[in-house]
Order: sequence, then C-alpha cells, then structure tokens
Amino acid sequence: MNVKNESPSVKTFIFKDKECAKAKPGQFLMLWIPGVDEIPLSILDAREDGTVSVAVRSVGEATQTLHEKKTDEIIGIRGPFGNSFTAKEGEILLVGGGTGIAPLLFLAKKLASKAARAVFIIGAKTREELLFIDELEELCSKGNIVATTEDGSYGIKCLGTEPLEPLLAKQKFDMIYTCGPELMMRKVFDLAEKYEIALEASLERLMRCAMGLCGSCVIGKYRVCRDGPVFTAKQLREVRSECGISKRDFDGKKIPLEYFFCSMTACLRNVEGAIHANHSASWTCSPVPLFQG
Amino acid sequence: MLASGILGYSTETLESIAEGGAGAVTTKSVGLKPRVGYANPTVVQVSCGLINAMGLPNPGIDEYVNEIQTAKAVLNVPLVVSVYGFSEEEYAIVAKKAVTAGADAIELNVSCPHVKETGSEIGQNPEILRQVVRKVKAAVEKPVFVKLSPNVTSLTEIAKTAVKAGADALTAINTVRAMAIDTETARPILSHKIGGLSGSAIRPIAVRCVYELYEEVKVPIIGCGGIANWSDALEFILAGASAVQVGTAIAIKGSHVFKAITRGIDVYLKRKGFRSLQEIVGLSHRS
Repeated sequence: MNVKNESPSVKTFIFKDKECAKAKPGQFLMLWIPGVDEIPLSILDAREDGTVSVAVRSVGEATQTLHEKKTDEIIGIRGPFGNSFTAKEGEILLVGGGTGIAPLLFLAKKLASKAARAVFIIGAKTREELLFIDELEELCSKGNIVATTEDGSYGIKCLGTEPLEPLLAKQKFDMIYTCGPELMMRKVFDLAEKYEIALEASLERLMRCAMGLCGSCVIGKYRVCRDGPVFTAKQLREVRSECGISKRDFDGKKIPLEYFFCSMTACLRNVEGAIHANHSASWTCSPVPLFQG
Repeated sequence: MLASGILGYSTETLESIAEGGAGAVTTKSVGLKPRVGYANPTVVQVSCGLINAMGLPNPGIDEYVNEIQTAKAVLNVPLVVSVYGFSEEEYAIVAKKAVTAGADAIELNVSCPHVKETGSEIGQNPEILRQVVRKVKAAVEKPVFVKLSPNVTSLTEIAKTAVKAGADALTAINTVRAMAIDTETARPILSHKIGGLSGSAIRPIAVRCVYELYEEVKVPIIGCGGIANWSDALEFILAGASAVQVGTAIAIKGSHVFKAITRGIDVYLKRKGFRSLQEIVGLSHRS
C-alpha cells in the first residue's frame, strides 16, 4: 500500500487488488482497518495492472487510524460494490464537492474519449482542500473548470452550487454527474429538474454489509449499497422526501441529515459505488483479500 | 417468507420484498430500547455463506411502532414482527406494543448467537424460555412463533418446552455460531469476533433440525437456513416445514428469489401429481 498526501486532511491510498481493479467509476469498496472499523470508500482509480486507489478524508477514528498507516501496513478490501455512472456522450457537466470529486475524476478519465465537452464545477472549503485540481486541468482545458472555495482562497468565493444556475441558463448539457455533500447534490438535482437535464448523483449512507441485506443504507425503497450508490434523476424523484433531508442512524432510526454527520464518527464521506447490477454480491469474488504494499 | 434480520427497517423495503413474491415478511428484531449494534466489520463473506454479527441494531419499539403502522397500511401480506428482550417482561412489553400497532404475528428471537443476555442465551435455557413464551402468549392474542437456535445440545427438548409453553409455531433455524480469522493479521475479522453463519453452508444442518422437530412436535414448523431456490425450499418442506424463510439468498438473487421459489414449487407439485403443498409436508418421514 502506498500513501499520497492530497491536502492537509485528505490522503490517497494506493494498493493492488485484482477484483477492485475491475471497478467502474462510481463503484465503492469496503476497506477494513484491522481492529478498528470497516468503511465504505468510493474508488478514485482502478487500472488494468491491478492498482486501485481511494481518497480518504480524516474525519473520525477509523479514517484517522488509516491516515497514520505506513506503506507496508496491512488493510483488508472487499468489493467492488454497487452500480456505476453511465458513460454519456455529448456535453457533460460534473459537479463535485470535497472528496466527492474523486469518483468524478475517475469518471472524467473514462469520458475523455467520448464526451464532446466536459465542464467541471468543483468546490471545497479552502484552496488547500480543493482536490485533484492538477489532474483535472490535465483532463479538461482550464476554461472548462470552475473552481469555488468557501473562503475565497482560490477561484470564486462561493458554494459549489452557485455558478451552476447561471451556467445552466446559458448552456445546454446532455448530462450532469454529481457527487459530494448531499445538501449540495440536492441543490444540483433541483436545478437539473428545473432545466430538464438528465442527472446521476452518487449518494452516501451508513453501510454495513454492502451487499443489500442489512438495510442500514436504505433510502426509500432503494438500498444505496446495491441499487446505488449512483441514482438517476428519476429515482431521486421517488426519494425526494429523503434525499438531502434524512438518513438512517446506526439504530435504523430516520434522522435529519446534519445530525447524522455529527453522530457519524467513522463512516466517511462519499460512498460512491456504482452498479452494474449483474455483478453478483460476490462471495466468490472477494473474500476479504489482504494486501501488503 | 422474508427471514428476520434482512432489510426490514422500512416499509418501502418490506414492500419491495412482498412485490418480489414473499407470502409474508418478518421485520428485523426489535427490542425495548434503541440499539446501535456493533462496529464494522459486521459481515464477513466466506466460501459458502456469510457470517454476521450486527448486534441487533434497531430503533426500539416505541419508535418502531410507527413503521409497523405504516407497513400494515400498505402491505398486502402478513407482517411478522421479530422481538428480542433482556428479560421475559421486555419480550412481553415489546410483543404487546407490536401487536397493538398491527403485527399479524410475533416471532421470538431466542436464538441470536451474538448478543449477551438475550437471543440464544434465552433459547438455550428451557426454564427461561418457558417464562418468555408464557409471558408473551399471555400478553398478545396473535400467533407467536419461536425462532430456535441450532447452537444447543438438544434442539427437540428446547422445542418441546416452547410448544408446551404455548408457541404456535417454530422457526428453525437461526444462524450457526461461527467465526473467521484473517491470517495476515492473525485477527478475528468481525468486530464482535463471533457471529452467526448463514447461507448454503448451514442448509443441511437446518434440514436435519426441521426433520427432527417434525417427529417431536405438532405445531407448524417454518424452515429457514440457506434456502436459495425451489429445490432447497422443497427439502425443508419434505422434512416437515409448512413454510420457509429466505434471507441471505437475496444478496445474490434479489427480491424476486421468492417468486422463483414459489413458481418452482408449483411446477414440482404438478409434475409429481400432488394437489397441494399440504400433501408433501413431512413426506420424507413416510419413506
């Protein structure tokens, strides 16, 4: 396992895993920190040579322990799980916040050959926390990247969703992909509905089994781990009363979104997974393989 | 039927299971107070099944009654509420509240293998089990099922105790105590170390349990453990089960596994010339 610093609070972990190397953008894996926790993480990159990477923000005990891991320490991996973003051709808009940019970067790499044009709106609290800006600039021309920071230390001083409406009013897009804080995604969804643009959003919920059995991650009739984590606008309409509003806590009780974040000590950020329904939940394919870096 | 522990927090998921063809649904086990369950890993995949130690996460009956009421309003199949407690009084209070909220039947979880002072610790002790079943029977007027643990010395003794105390049906079996150790780190993988094994690995054990129970008790038996298709289900029915529950197989086959099972059983009955399922319940005992 190799470790790379991305920002003061985010590190990328790179390791070899045959199964997760086949992952598609949007899918997630379960990463075991022995003796501490097992957490869902969206896949940042998966290559044919077996290399897989995930970007992790230190937000609680599990992620902090992971951040302290050295190159040769052992972690466990299960996955990949969930569905994936569909790769759409044409004019594409990607809206990412915080570590939610990770799966969108993975997607953008796959779209590079297909999309006529890809515009990226990325947001973070500060310049230091704005992730993968160099990689994005390599992929898209600079003019197609709109960077925002809440403190104005880079790009436009505003929330990531603010440049969105003027952009949608001005230009026609064939698809919006979004991943980040759910309140941001809800805003993106509402605007996509207003301007009648197709959308896919990657949601996050508390995860336990990751294979659609335990019910910890349900939103409406959907299981985020199995039916998602990528949901279409049509599906989001069905869960309108929960998306950006409520989640289920560790005891299964529905609670407001903000409270959930406070109560969540270990479970990160964006669990994006993606799908493809015919990947069986796979105990044949991933019995917690372990890797040494 | 949907087995307990699978999905079952929300009405919407129970509904989608019913749409998948389940003839009844069972909720996750609910207790008197909320429980957050154990830290991850709570599930580990092994070659022939799953080991889980969730730790009975649930919002507590006072919160869950809302979900029962909502579920009853929309479900077109019976709703079984699974109940656990740390004393006979707790079982009775929770069962009563569940029935008042609309539960069609109660399934007593006296067989969870990974939470102390409830579950199988109750189901292993005939005296305590008798008290629990009696109290619950006195508290509710709906059918009471007792879900048995295979992790006991004499299953039939425990079963007879439950029936004598008033159990209307027995569910057999809950998961089998199990664990998985990671060789690289020399650590148990589950945070709780020991959990319960489900999936095809435990089917032969479960079939044997149902077979033995059928010879000893008169109440209906609900078979459970590693059922993934119609022929698995038939094994349980031929052993003596009047109904079966499916859980783990949903991970692979989705909620439509229920339709596939009932369709397969219909085809079998026709092919063999049986007029009803009743005719083949326990048929293997006659050969």
